[in-house]
Amino acid sequence: MKKAFILGLFLSLLSSFTLSAAPVTIEFIQWWAPELPAGAFRAIMDDFEAANPGIKVNLVSGPYSQTRDQIVTGAATGTLSDVVGLDGAWVNDLAKQGAITNLDPLMAADNYDKSQIAAIIKLNNKSYMFPVASFVYPLFVNLDLLKAAGIDKAPSTRSEFISAARKLTSAGKNQYGYVLPLSLQSPNGVQNDIMSWVWAGGKSMLKGGKPDLTNPDVISALKFIQQLYKEGLVSPGSFAKQEQDKVEEFVNGRVAMMVDTLAHINMIRQRNPNLNFAVSAVPAPDGYTGARGLPYAAWGIGIAENSTHKAEAWKLVSYLMSPAVNSKLVSIAHAFPGNVKATPDWFANDALFTKGFEIFKAGRLANEFTGLPVAEDLMRQFDEQIQTMLDGKQTAEQAAAKAQASWMKSF
Amino acid sequence: MSARSQTKPVHTMTTLKVREGFAPYLYQAPTAVLMAVLLLFPIITVVRYSLFDNVITNKHPVFVGLANYFNILTNEVFWTSLFNTLFFTVFSVVFHLIIGLGFALLLNSKVVNSIVKGLLRVFYIMPWVFTVTIIAIIWRLLLDPSGVVNYVLEALNVTNTRPEWLSSTELALFALTFVNIWAGYPFYMVSLLAGLQGIPTELYEAAEIDGANEAQKFWSITIPQLSPIILSIAMLDFIWTMQVFPLVWMTTGGGPIHATEVLGTFTYKQAFASYQFSVASACAVIILVISLCMAFFYVKHQKVRD
Repeated sequence: MKKAFILGLFLSLLSSFTLSAAPVTIEFIQWWAPELPAGAFRAIMDDFEAANPGIKVNLVSGPYSQTRDQIVTGAATGTLSDVVGLDGAWVNDLAKQGAITNLDPLMAADNYDKSQIAAIIKLNNKSYMFPVASFVYPLFVNLDLLKAAGIDKAPSTRSEFISAARKLTSAGKNQYGYVLPLSLQSPNGVQNDIMSWVWAGGKSMLKGGKPDLTNPDVISALKFIQQLYKEGLVSPGSFAKQEQDKVEEFVNGRVAMMVDTLAHINMIRQRNPNLNFAVSAVPAPDGYTGARGLPYAAWGIGIAENSTHKAEAWKLVSYLMSPAVNSKLVSIAHAFPGNVKATPDWFANDALFTKGFEIFKAGRLANEFTGLPVAEDLMRQFDEQIQTMLDGKQTAEQAAAKAQASWMKSF
Repeated sequence: MSARSQTKPVHTMTTLKVREGFAPYLYQAPTAVLMAVLLLFPIITVVRYSLFDNVITNKHPVFVGLANYFNILTNEVFWTSLFNTLFFTVFSVVFHLIIGLGFALLLNSKVVNSIVKGLLRVFYIMPWVFTVTIIAIIWRLLLDPSGVVNYVLEALNVTNTRPEWLSSTELALFALTFVNIWAGYPFYMVSLLAGLQGIPTELYEAAEIDGANEAQKFWSITIPQLSPIILSIAMLDFIWTMQVFPLVWMTTGGGPIHATEVLGTFTYKQAFASYQFSVASACAVIILVISLCMAFFYVKHQKVRD
């Protein structure tokens, strides 16, 4: 009897010890790891685990579109990973659905200094996403083609751009001034390659948080794009073209100018080491002198509402947002930091990245699709109207009015 | 004692009869359970979803009856996608059959050298080896305005305008149907070749004695002999092609505008772009009903054959 009691006591002590010592495993779904050098993101997670011995991180990594579908499914079934990589375009839907948690209570419990976060994405005054890293989209220009066309500097205004595009286009040589990917499969060309022209002029497509696509600035940008297209200055096949086709055409020297992310600089160099190119701010309407809006895409981060380890998940979020780790991550990714105190050094040793950083400092981040409901669908709806306009079946005003009416249904 | 010994065999007989009665059901049980879990349950769930205002993203869905079906049937894009799907499917099935039969006849012909036949067999089967993703990538590159197809057409002086095959509202559906025809004919070719090799040679010999020419032999022997295979594969192909999604999604995304919108892409956009899962469910039910109609004919045809 005594022996049995001692054995029972020993076993219960052992089990309680085992339970208390078992690390908590949190799941982190994102598309970042495949876009970074192999093993780089896992190494950051290993550092986190070393600093937090009670927490293990299980990375769920995949390409962007696959991750998006997994997140939609996870949100629907209540099985979303504890920590979620987010695109600003998804936040509204996931927050409304109750799939991602309000970060304010977690910040309050940790006495977290919010002011160090570059931009907190909110909905109904509640914080849902921190951008960990931002990738800005300036204008890329092929310097050799510019030189051959007798152009000595990258265009800075819309008139200069049209003039340059005319000189750079030679259909016989299969060479074009601009490229416009408008595939409906991934309609982000509307954001990066069309609305960037509105934002560059410090203008907006929203008014009081609601669609305002019929304002003169949006219509002016549509007319500008229409002119480029009508004059044959845009590389053919826009309606089926995707972002990777755009970059490919620039790499091959078939297109002289494109709006693209700085994150592609290394890839462009790898694909064509001889390509002589530069970056500059997206041209603004003639006469505009204010700060230029700079389109951007962000690697955002949030926490799932269904997570049973929110405290541990918050530790990981705050770790990635800390100045030192954020600096390290964005340096590997060649992105701009989510923490204002972070001091990445990736742009210091490279003229192109230095120029990119100058553009970033002189402008302001602008992506009005972030936080909108069904943002990707809004892009697709607008894309359909833009395609109809470019196909000559409606005017810019009609395209804007129809897209406005269509968008209003989603708000 | 004697009473007990008399009732025991009666019990055993009853148990045996009951067991025998249940046995067929027990054998079928694993399949029935699998069918119920993997087929019946999802179908019932989707039908139920289609009757609510919105599901999955909405924690408290409200029953709306057939409102989603009404919304879809009054949506212009749905009718465009239905027309495109039928166009895509009918032309695919017809040309799959013509090309598949043509190549099968060629490979079955005694006129062609056996080495050439072997090479052709490998060459003709190639499209079937590729996955849809690879097919989409290959044809996106080939049909690019600066791609190989336009280069060849220019070199042959067929055109000098560089058609935008996948991004023109006039050409995209034709181009996509062509790609699907290219990708799908080997299924017919292989099936019909097997059928051709199974036709007794005596039939052709008798026809020759009767003085029949090649065309008469083809229409009076080959086609009637192949007709059960032709009907089966054509109906299966119709059902499969009706559900096309990856090829369209990876090449045009349903565009330009709605020129290549098919029921598959229309449904996907409702679900994963607009998050209208109930509308998407209603659309899926409509596709199911159309497919069931074809499946009904297929099963009926199979029963007649049996």
